Amino acid sequence: MTDTIVSVSGLHKAFGKLEVLKGIDLEVQRGQVVCIIGPSGSGKSTLLRCVNLLEEPNSGSITVNGFEVTDPDIDIDRARRGIGMVFQSFNLFSHLPVLDNLTIAQRKVLKRDKAEAEKVALENLRKVGLTGKERSLPTQLSGGQQQRVAIARALSMDPDVMLFDEPTSALDPELVGDVLAVMRQLARDGMTMLVVTHEMQFAREVADVVLFMDGGVVVEQGPPSRVIGDPQHERTQTFLSRVLNPAHVDE
Amino acid sequence: MAMSRRKRAQAFRGAQYALLVIVILVLAFVADWGEIQRAFFNVDAARAQFPGVITTALVNTIVYTALGFAFGLAVGLVLALMKLSSVGPYRWIATVYIEFFRGVPALLVFITLGFGVPLAFGLKFDIYSTVMLSLGLVGSAYIAETIRAGIQAVPAGQREAARSLGMSQGRAMVSIVIPQAFRIILPPLTNELILLTKDSSLVYLLGLARDEYELTKFGREGLNATGSLTPILLAGLCYLIITIPLGYLSRYLERRTGRKSERGLEVEA
Repeated sequence: MTDTIVSVSGLHKAFGKLEVLKGIDLEVQRGQVVCIIGPSGSGKSTLLRCVNLLEEPNSGSITVNGFEVTDPDIDIDRARRGIGMVFQSFNLFSHLPVLDNLTIAQRKVLKRDKAEAEKVALENLRKVGLTGKERSLPTQLSGGQQQRVAIARALSMDPDVMLFDEPTSALDPELVGDVLAVMRQLARDGMTMLVVTHEMQFAREVADVVLFMDGGVVVEQGPPSRVIGDPQHERTQTFLSRVLNPAHVDE
Repeated sequence: MAMSRRKRAQAFRGAQYALLVIVILVLAFVADWGEIQRAFFNVDAARAQFPGVITTALVNTIVYTALGFAFGLAVGLVLALMKLSSVGPYRWIATVYIEFFRGVPALLVFITLGFGVPLAFGLKFDIYSTVMLSLGLVGSAYIAETIRAGIQAVPAGQREAARSLGMSQGRAMVSIVIPQAFRIILPPLTNELILLTKDSSLVYLLGLARDEYELTKFGREGLNATGSLTPILLAGLCYLIITIPLGYLSRYLERRTGRKSERGLEVEA
């Protein structure tokens, strides 16, 4: 018996006249890590943002953990509790110290009491290696630390699935490693993860399934050894050769 | 003969100083200093103003302004949210309100509320309610626009992060967006408070009892009693006691928020 946690079918999304997603089908099993790669403008971030309905699809259906998020009658706030999201630009609440960033949604949304929320928060801060930073303001942290706080904030809601929207793209190269290490550990702990990324090495090592998107469609999908190691489609080959050999310019 | 660049700059600066000295000298000789001293610096007239100018007038000005500002802030927040609402009529009502009260002199609002409303509806407010309503209604139109700008200045990612954690739209607004918006607009909001402090001088229109006098009215009464302009000068100085610290506060807040975001960028970069 398969245990499908995210299921996307026939997903279309347009911004005005610009069609960004042209019929996406996708299934993610519980505990799987799915990496979505592709050139910029291919629609990968939009796909991810449709999964928790930050973008509203024009047609198609998305079901996450039993909630059909595309159903207008669903309690979307409730559905989102189970879907953690990590953004490219961290989006920590800049007026709140780290600890409050981690507890505010636990208290206001899950109605946990202060002591329990703080216990959960401290445990998640420990997981991302930031014990001792609970009183800091987001602006006092490096980008890598901010992103790890953002991961801990999402984890504090005990999500069933985590979405990562280019989590390392805004970071200085030397800070990327810390964030990827946290994500690796999360994958090892069995978290279901959808990751939009340009980190091919990470995708190769951690992903169960790699999706290559271009022009609003899934061009190729499969295990990383095949999609990254031995791509079948020309578009995938071109993209990968550009990403893996950035200094090389072909005609 | 062509002058060097440095010579030209020196000559230009010299001319500016010369002009300044001439203006000061002319004023010094033309003005009747004896008369000015009698009119504005009459020690006896000044002494007669105390302690009332502080204990009554300054205190009342502050109380009227505080009442108006508190009411204006509450109404302004509601108007700002209406202006950002997805419900069309809310937006229209807020727009009409803001355009109206921003475009009409505060003086007319005071007259309308002070005399028109009691006549029209048989309602009679006490002085504090009337002041709160009229100053608040005028102030709220400006404050609403400031708050709206502040809410829109909060990055969209903040709201998205809040929503993705399962917060409802209202919860995200109250817990995440509005607190950040107020940080952004603290300096312009302080300026609104300064403007309102000065507008509180219009309260005299409502007809005040002696212990309800604010600074301007108190100064004018002093002028009538003593025939000296000294009480007016004194009232002006009292306004500055309120507004100058507020101005400094505004600039301090501006510097602080500015520095904070710079520091943020520095760490991020």
